[in-house]
Amino acid sequence: MDLTTTYLGLTLRNPVVASASPMTQDVDGVRRLVDAGVSAVVLPSLFEEQVRREEVSDTMLQEVHEGSFGEARNYFPDSPTTSLGGVRAHLSLVERAVQASEVPVIASLNGSSRGGWTEIATALAGAGAAAIELNIYAVPGDTYTSGAEVEKRHLDIVASVCSAVSVPVSVKLSPFFSATGALAQAIVNAGAQGLVLFNRFVQPDIDPVRIAVVPNVHLSSRTESRVPMTWIAILRNQIRTSFAGTTGVEEPEDVAAYLLAGADVVMTASALLRHGPQHATHLVTGLEGWLAEHGYDSVNAVKGLLSVGRHQDAEGYERTGYVAALRKARQTYGSLT
Amino acid sequence: MTESAIVDGNEAAVGVAYRLSELCAIYPITPSSTMAELADEWSSHGQANVWGHVPTVIEMQSEGGAAGTLHGALQGGALSTTFTASQGLLLMIPNMYKIAGELTSTVFHVAARSLAAQGLSIFGDHQDVMAVRQTGFALLSSGSVQEAHDLALVAHAATLRSRVPFVHFFDGFRTSHELNTIEVLSDDDLRALVPEALVREHRGRALSPERPFVRGTAQNPDVYFQARETVNPFYARTVGVVQDAMDALVERTGRRYGVVEYAGHPQAERVVVVMGSGGETVAETVAALVESGERVGVLRIRLYRPFPAAELLAALPATARVVAVLDRTKEPGSEGEPLYLDVMSAVSEAVSAGRRDRLPVIVGGRYGLSSKEFTPAMVAGVFAALNAPVPPRRFTIGIVDDVSGTSLDYDPAFDIEPDDTVRAVFFGLGSDGTVGANKNTIKILGAQRGVHAQGYFVYDSKKSGGTTVSHLRFGPHAIRAPWLVTSAGFVGVHHAALLDSLDVLAVARSGGVILLNSSLAPDQVWDSLHRGVQDEIIAKGLRLYTIDAGKVAREAGLPGRTNTVLQTCFFAISGVLPREEAIEAVKSAIRKTYAKRGSEVVTRNEAAVDAALEHLHEVAVPGHATTQRVPAPPVPLDAPKFVRTVTATMMSGRGDELPVSALPVDGTFPSGTTAYEKRRISDRVALWDPEACIQCGNCVFVCPHSVLRSKFYDTTQLEGAPADFETAPLNAAGLPGARYTLQVYAEDCTGCGLCVEACPVHPVPGTARRAINLADAAPLMDSGQSRVAFFESLPQNDRARVDFGTVRGAQFLQPLFEFSGACSGCGETPYLKLLSQLFGDRLTVANATGCSSIYGGNLPTTPWATNAEGRGPAWSNSLFEDNAEFGLGLRLAADLHTSLARRRLRELRDEIGPDLVDEVLSSDQIYQVDLQAQHERVQEVMRRLADLTGPQAEDLRSVADHLFRRSVWIVGGDGWAYDIGAGGLDHVLASGRDVNVLVMDTEVYSNTGGQSSKATPIGAVAKFASGGKAAAKKDLALQAIAYGSVYVARVAMGADPQQTLRAFREAEAYDGPSIIIAYSHCIAHGIEMKDGLAQQYRAVSSGHWPLVRYDPTLRDRGLNPFQLDSPRPTIALRDYIYRELRYRMLRNADPDEADRLLALAQDAVNQRWAVYEDMATRSATQFIPDARKRSSWT
Repeated sequence: MDLTTTYLGLTLRNPVVASASPMTQDVDGVRRLVDAGVSAVVLPSLFEEQVRREEVSDTMLQEVHEGSFGEARNYFPDSPTTSLGGVRAHLSLVERAVQASEVPVIASLNGSSRGGWTEIATALAGAGAAAIELNIYAVPGDTYTSGAEVEKRHLDIVASVCSAVSVPVSVKLSPFFSATGALAQAIVNAGAQGLVLFNRFVQPDIDPVRIAVVPNVHLSSRTESRVPMTWIAILRNQIRTSFAGTTGVEEPEDVAAYLLAGADVVMTASALLRHGPQHATHLVTGLEGWLAEHGYDSVNAVKGLLSVGRHQDAEGYERTGYVAALRKARQTYGSLT
Repeated sequence: MTESAIVDGNEAAVGVAYRLSELCAIYPITPSSTMAELADEWSSHGQANVWGHVPTVIEMQSEGGAAGTLHGALQGGALSTTFTASQGLLLMIPNMYKIAGELTSTVFHVAARSLAAQGLSIFGDHQDVMAVRQTGFALLSSGSVQEAHDLALVAHAATLRSRVPFVHFFDGFRTSHELNTIEVLSDDDLRALVPEALVREHRGRALSPERPFVRGTAQNPDVYFQARETVNPFYARTVGVVQDAMDALVERTGRRYGVVEYAGHPQAERVVVVMGSGGETVAETVAALVESGERVGVLRIRLYRPFPAAELLAALPATARVVAVLDRTKEPGSEGEPLYLDVMSAVSEAVSAGRRDRLPVIVGGRYGLSSKEFTPAMVAGVFAALNAPVPPRRFTIGIVDDVSGTSLDYDPAFDIEPDDTVRAVFFGLGSDGTVGANKNTIKILGAQRGVHAQGYFVYDSKKSGGTTVSHLRFGPHAIRAPWLVTSAGFVGVHHAALLDSLDVLAVARSGGVILLNSSLAPDQVWDSLHRGVQDEIIAKGLRLYTIDAGKVAREAGLPGRTNTVLQTCFFAISGVLPREEAIEAVKSAIRKTYAKRGSEVVTRNEAAVDAALEHLHEVAVPGHATTQRVPAPPVPLDAPKFVRTVTATMMSGRGDELPVSALPVDGTFPSGTTAYEKRRISDRVALWDPEACIQCGNCVFVCPHSVLRSKFYDTTQLEGAPADFETAPLNAAGLPGARYTLQVYAEDCTGCGLCVEACPVHPVPGTARRAINLADAAPLMDSGQSRVAFFESLPQNDRARVDFGTVRGAQFLQPLFEFSGACSGCGETPYLKLLSQLFGDRLTVANATGCSSIYGGNLPTTPWATNAEGRGPAWSNSLFEDNAEFGLGLRLAADLHTSLARRRLRELRDEIGPDLVDEVLSSDQIYQVDLQAQHERVQEVMRRLADLTGPQAEDLRSVADHLFRRSVWIVGGDGWAYDIGAGGLDHVLASGRDVNVLVMDTEVYSNTGGQSSKATPIGAVAKFASGGKAAAKKDLALQAIAYGSVYVARVAMGADPQQTLRAFREAEAYDGPSIIIAYSHCIAHGIEMKDGLAQQYRAVSSGHWPLVRYDPTLRDRGLNPFQLDSPRPTIALRDYIYRELRYRMLRNADPDEADRLLALAQDAVNQRWAVYEDMATRSATQFIPDARKRSSWT
């Protein structure tokens, strides 16, 4: 059985990729995932704004009591010089993860400044990252920035990073664009070699008992795969690029579904967190079994089988799906109207 | 080309010492710590010595330990050095005799400092080095930063050539902390004076099994004496060896030094002999006096031991009629101070032996103790006194001695400073960055071609809101002025409030410039100044500029950091550099300083520079004053006389003016003087919300500064209360109609915010609001005075009516530790306050040197206070290393006198009254009710005694107060308990005596700037552990438990205040030794101090700080004495530690090592928890029994 797939120009041993999660924030975690069979690992996103903020607050913490009292010129030893400030710790994780892993390590970056995107992306590539995943984030509550401005910012960042680094660059997109398809195309035109669909932004809960906002993270569930899967199916034959499906991968069948829609790889964090790193083995062997059971000899053979054909009407595909869904709902719940 | 640099004396000395050493054995002590810190930093960064090896730097548990290690390393053949001062040098004395007796080459670099006598002083004089002049070490003195550099080399060269060990010393603070431009010695210079052949000879003398010998024998009357005399030729050669090294130096550098140097008129009639930085002052003054026609001279002693008598005689002009020898030390009871005696003996011996014709009048004077200013004016005063027909035989200069009449008069206006030197003085507050900015300014200006720069910084004794004064000089010539600026062309006032508390404009030169940082609009600034300031500005024709630096810094994203803003203003208006050039230089310095901290830090600071220029305004100075306002007096007019006269003078920065008669003869000062010092240091203070408050007492419990107080009282007592006095119904059953007030002492509040964090109430969901919050201080300061006054008029709650077994009840106990100068949000002081609340009226405190002795006992004001009856904690500090023993001594004395009192009481049973005596003797005085009754009984005994006569009654009268049980507490930090005092602490705990030990564990030496101790945890970065501590924290609790007779508790107030309270009460009630190890968050952890309690909670939740109590009495009752009070860890260690900069620093600098150490630390936590859990489930008999037989105090 040939499980290999190509993603961002990288040949991967199978299509199961560990996306960023607490499990990939240290080398041991990365090692366990690789041992369990994942074909690539995405490290946690480096949030430039947070790093910069910490640099400032750490500097202030370090300096605030300097020269304030006769017996102590300061309260901390001087640390060796580095121009990368707080980015250094993350680069080290990349370096060590690369050393510890025989599969590609993908670094994820959420920049906050034009200079930061390119400078840090270059450093991440220099640290050995096989690819850079850009985690571009627009503040959802911002009522002043137009959609056009948000899209332009995406394209500017992609273009500048792609021109700065020699490793492939992918973009993890938000599902909330008015014209997702057009933006996806523009991003690829700007130099990105892959699209990761989609980013999930943190949705804090409200606790009515304590009357408080609860910023807990909820793990994704299978039903959440519908949106990304649909978009992958739509875009697969329209945009020549790599696709990664993320969100809602729980069982081998979910991997298969994403592949059928047209994904080159699937990324999972929630299932691995829920069941442990060994769940990756289950996904890979399960996929192998599914392929065999359905008479396929390779991953490539099923990729995009259920994607929207190049000459097929994407809108029609969605409408069909919509109509079918309504029909199913009526059967289940009775009349909706 | 010679490289120049701007460094302080410490860096100048260690810059040579490090490069010429293989081993540095170190221990932190002010003011020498910087030398050790730099050596450690360089070593950890892999910096090599001149022979290409990275020196080993090892921190020891004490200076005694450092000296022992050094002795061993020297006997092992390693080139070894150390850095120390004051008591540290004294602790090295035993080894110094050994090292010298064995003719072993080494150099001790000493930032010379006062010794603790009637009081401790961290400042500079020669008491410490004079105390080692008899050890056999050579003593070489540097008088300036350049000399500290050059003579360090001379010392290292001379010790290897002479085999005599050297102390190379320079004046603490004045030289050790003065920044000045120096020419740096190259590695080639060092190698030229210290050739490898000498190093090999040194190694050749080392112990080796290949060529074994015995060194360190015990000798007997037959040979010891002769053996002692064998070294004479070595000492005889040493003076010449030193001079040869100095001559070799001049060949390479052009800088000439002599073991004794004369300067002045060739036929001088009056000569001053002096050593150290004072020599610079005298030399500069002599030059000026000679130019004005006076026949005066100065003889500077650089080599003090072996004493260069011949060189001194050769250098002293034959015309000298009067010689004044100035000593920077005090030797009570001596015929004269040491240098005086040496000079007198050298000259008089020469005259008596016929080698010199005339014996001048030789007089001795003392100057400059504890960094007392020593100025050209004082030097002129000395020379003037030498002109008298009968010069003063012994004198002091620089003080007013109205007791013994030793002091000389002088004219303070005498000034010799050249006009081409730019002088600037800056007044700042501790944490505003003023000192850092000025250091930066000095480096910027000193880097300009042909510019020499000098900086010196004066700090007050407070750790929060303390004043800093920076004295800067710049000029075209080398700056030799080791005294404070007295006439400045630029005065920076970085906090407007300082205008009201200090006479900051006294230092301003006519026509000078004032920069005032004020939150007021420029057109409001003038009217805000008090009358004295307005008058002085007008009279001196000063130009006044203003900026709201706080606002500019805030808007630049650097809240609270006004340093960059104010530094920019200095450059913009002082004219020291062309404006554009200056601004670029500031930005360039920012990039250089902050590049390694990340781009955002640079960006924000550069933005602050630009914004500063936009917000700088000149204030129009009218021709006349516009206000009649005068500042409030420093202390209330009804304060005790001592406070009004002595304390207030010190508080106003005029302590130098106090005469000898004003001061206590034996270091005894009144308690509770912080209460008179309303410092108003925070612009945010606590504000109580009476309606939301549930009166739990948490905020009162954690307040580090005792600015939150609670009382309950009857409604009727509200009569006469100010209209804005806040009160709420008491939230307690059984007291209907009672009222409750939580009073904020706003003027004393430091705005730390711990109270807010401790408050469990959220009156408005979804907001950060609590029942106590921080609010703008301005409207609360003045109005708060009457509220506080009324609150204080309410009676203190009766201790018998308060359940102080609960946090809620403890809030009603009066704190007798208040308003200390500790850091805002200090993690230690809440424990001391609790101690004072629980046991204050019968408390004796032995306090180890360190943070707690500084905020607890540093003048001018001290926080240990008294209650309305005048009773309260009796406090003393002995030393750093002996605190446990000191406290034990206090206990033993109390036990002796208790025993004597009980015996006499029994003897006088019939006279005093059998019932009363029996009651007194039988009371066990454990519970409050017993204690209160006993106190009343003892009072009654005293009353009845008044009518009795005879020796027994007299005896009893002198010790009857001991019938009331005393509570002796030995308190200190981890540097004391884990390191320097560990041996003594261990012994005292093993003594079985009823002492209580409180270790406030900050996990570093906090007072000296965050050096690693054996309490520092794995993975934490600290000084001397800059690569992350790679050893486990010592488990002091388990050590103490091992004795079986010690009550032990580990507490963390922020995690479980109730457990803390319980442990304190149990420890005190336990009739035997007890120890409480208390987690104390600290600025050296790198946290926002308001988060200190949360960090304590996380420390416990992660298992880093398990809460335990070990009570031997439980074992006696067949129960498990080991009680594990905290639940199993609920968070990972990383979730606790990475909230602190001390751990994050390693993660940023060396993530691999951080990961490795974190894993080991987590393992250690897990393993210790398993041990504790096992202990918590054992039976009583599985613990060591307490073998003591009887109560220790009866």
